[in-house]
Amino acid sequence: MSAARATVRLLGERVSFRVGRRLVATVGAVLLLLVVCAAIALYTGNSAISVDGVTAILLGDYAGSTSFEIYTVLDVRLPRMLAAVIAGGALGISGAIFQRLTDNPLGSPDLIGFTGGAATGALLVITTGGGLAVGTALGAFAGGVVAAAVILALAWRSGLEGYRLILVGIGVTAVLSAVRAYLLSRADLEDAQAGLRWLTGSLDGRDWGDVGIGAVACLMLVPATILAHRPLDRLAVGSELATAQGLTVSRWRIGIALIGTAWVGVAVVIAGPVAFVALAAPHILRSLTGGAGPLLLSSGLLGGLLLLLADLVGLRLFAPTQLPAGVVTAVVGGAYLLWILQRRRGRTMG
Amino acid sequence: MLLVSLVVLALLVVCSVMIGARPVAFDAVLQILTGSDDPRLRVDSVVIWTLRLPRTVLAIVVGAALGVAGALIQAVTRNPLADPGIIGVNAGAALLVVLAVSVFGWSGVLATTGAGMLGALAALLAVAVLSTRSRMSPLVLVLAGTALAAAVGGVTSGLLILDSGALDQVRFWTVGSLAGRDPELIWPSVALVTLAVLVGGAIAVRVNTLALGDEMAKSLGTSVARTRAIAVVVVAVLCGAATAAAGPIGFVGLAVPFAARLVAGLDTRWVILLSLSFGAVLLLAADVVGRVIAGSGELEAGIVVAAVGAPLFIALALRQRMERL
Repeated sequence: MSAARATVRLLGERVSFRVGRRLVATVGAVLLLLVVCAAIALYTGNSAISVDGVTAILLGDYAGSTSFEIYTVLDVRLPRMLAAVIAGGALGISGAIFQRLTDNPLGSPDLIGFTGGAATGALLVITTGGGLAVGTALGAFAGGVVAAAVILALAWRSGLEGYRLILVGIGVTAVLSAVRAYLLSRADLEDAQAGLRWLTGSLDGRDWGDVGIGAVACLMLVPATILAHRPLDRLAVGSELATAQGLTVSRWRIGIALIGTAWVGVAVVIAGPVAFVALAAPHILRSLTGGAGPLLLSSGLLGGLLLLLADLVGLRLFAPTQLPAGVVTAVVGGAYLLWILQRRRGRTMG
Repeated sequence: MLLVSLVVLALLVVCSVMIGARPVAFDAVLQILTGSDDPRLRVDSVVIWTLRLPRTVLAIVVGAALGVAGALIQAVTRNPLADPGIIGVNAGAALLVVLAVSVFGWSGVLATTGAGMLGALAALLAVAVLSTRSRMSPLVLVLAGTALAAAVGGVTSGLLILDSGALDQVRFWTVGSLAGRDPELIWPSVALVTLAVLVGGAIAVRVNTLALGDEMAKSLGTSVARTRAIAVVVVAVLCGAATAAAGPIGFVGLAVPFAARLVAGLDTRWVILLSLSFGAVLLLAADVVGRVIAGSGELEAGIVVAAVGAPLFIALALRQRMERL
């Protein structure tokens, strides 16, 4: 046991966790792949720029490059790559939070309707003419919180049963997509087109403004997430035991749910409602690590990798035509969910 | 109840013919339908004969088809949450219609309808294989359908992005609308749906015995596998025809059989009969409402139905014990 695990302590006793070797190896591999994918995203593309040229531009040496090349690397490829990693990371973390909170591997925000709520909130802001990124962000967060509140209130019957939550989520998702279609049909053509492009879940044309929003959100949310790690772990052993350990269960639940919803909002604002990353990232991570613990941040890393990969595939597969990352994740993620359901053989769910 | 719904349907038909971007008064409608060729009514007459009436007939046919398809699929899977929209059948039909248009360049009515039916059949088979192999509970069936619909829908939107010509042909169709359909579309759909409904009615008694469980059904002399297979083909024809005609419309197949069972109990024969007329009422009502509430434009019937049907789905899912059929 002691050979395979080590205890990491941060901020004294407040944040400490035991780390297994498999976890370290997995996180290392994910990081490595992330770096490789980021390099591919930066060094390849429609306009051929030499490897040395890209490296020079990234290091701040603009001497040998045209302004178009500098623009391509610094204002197109770099922000797009960062936006993908941040949005995917946000999805991965929120998925891990909600799957742990609902104690259900299928309780991810895209299946239970929170993503749909955030998308509807953001679309409401976009189509009513508020083009400001901050307004869209607030709309996404508010929409996510409202949807989460409605879904939880509907599904709550002296406890939260996984299947009820998911069924309510599927229903609410359908209502919300009807609302979005209604909003799109009533909006100006220009707003509607902007909304529609964004609704497919794409990273096309993301700029430093999007990355800035993501970075600010990360600064606020990462510490909160680290602090939530431990109570979340305790909540998972059951509310009674958690209460006995001195946790105010409902308050922590609400707080952690808010953090998770905020992460969903971040992802939705940057990339639109991308499906299945939040479901798949924690799931893959658990099967790789043999997984105890909520593994929030490592799930975020994996989510970032998945979305970056999806974006690259969408970009390159049918180049020069681009597929939005959301289309790629829907196809692959839908198939993945089918496979999970098949393997589980309905054991735990109903 | 059947009579009541037929009366409502008749009233809705009148509303549907009267209401729209160019309202037509009731007595004018009567005159036009009885064959008056008053020159003052010429424009109204064209509107009614070439736009409103075909659209109304289409709404009735599609609604009835989806209602009956839902009733059959719920009875066969013994799952009150099974809906052709939710479990991905309409998505499968939509994918093959888009494939037919974009890859093979087909555009005829029969080609797209046939493609829609094939797609519905493939999706149904996929769901059927998944659910029999793993003995799925109602919830897992719904989840698997959602996943299937998402994956298939992703492929569809990918295709549409890659082929802008096809996108132009089908983008109004993918939202599930009854507006601006080719009148030629109607008669093949009517014929197919009628045929499928008749076959569905013919196997209703045997479907009833399935509700008792496979063993019991067998001992009552029902060939379980054959009944299931016929039902699946009927559902595929209904969903394929409906989807090819009006685009993927969800929740009709959920809400309608539910209401029908509330009225008629569990006898599949009555459920099918009532679903036929309730489905027509629901979709036609949604179409008329969509024309009224959106002001200058129109709201597609598929959107209106989802807004009504999804809360019902939630209410159903929330019942403490989901009773099996």
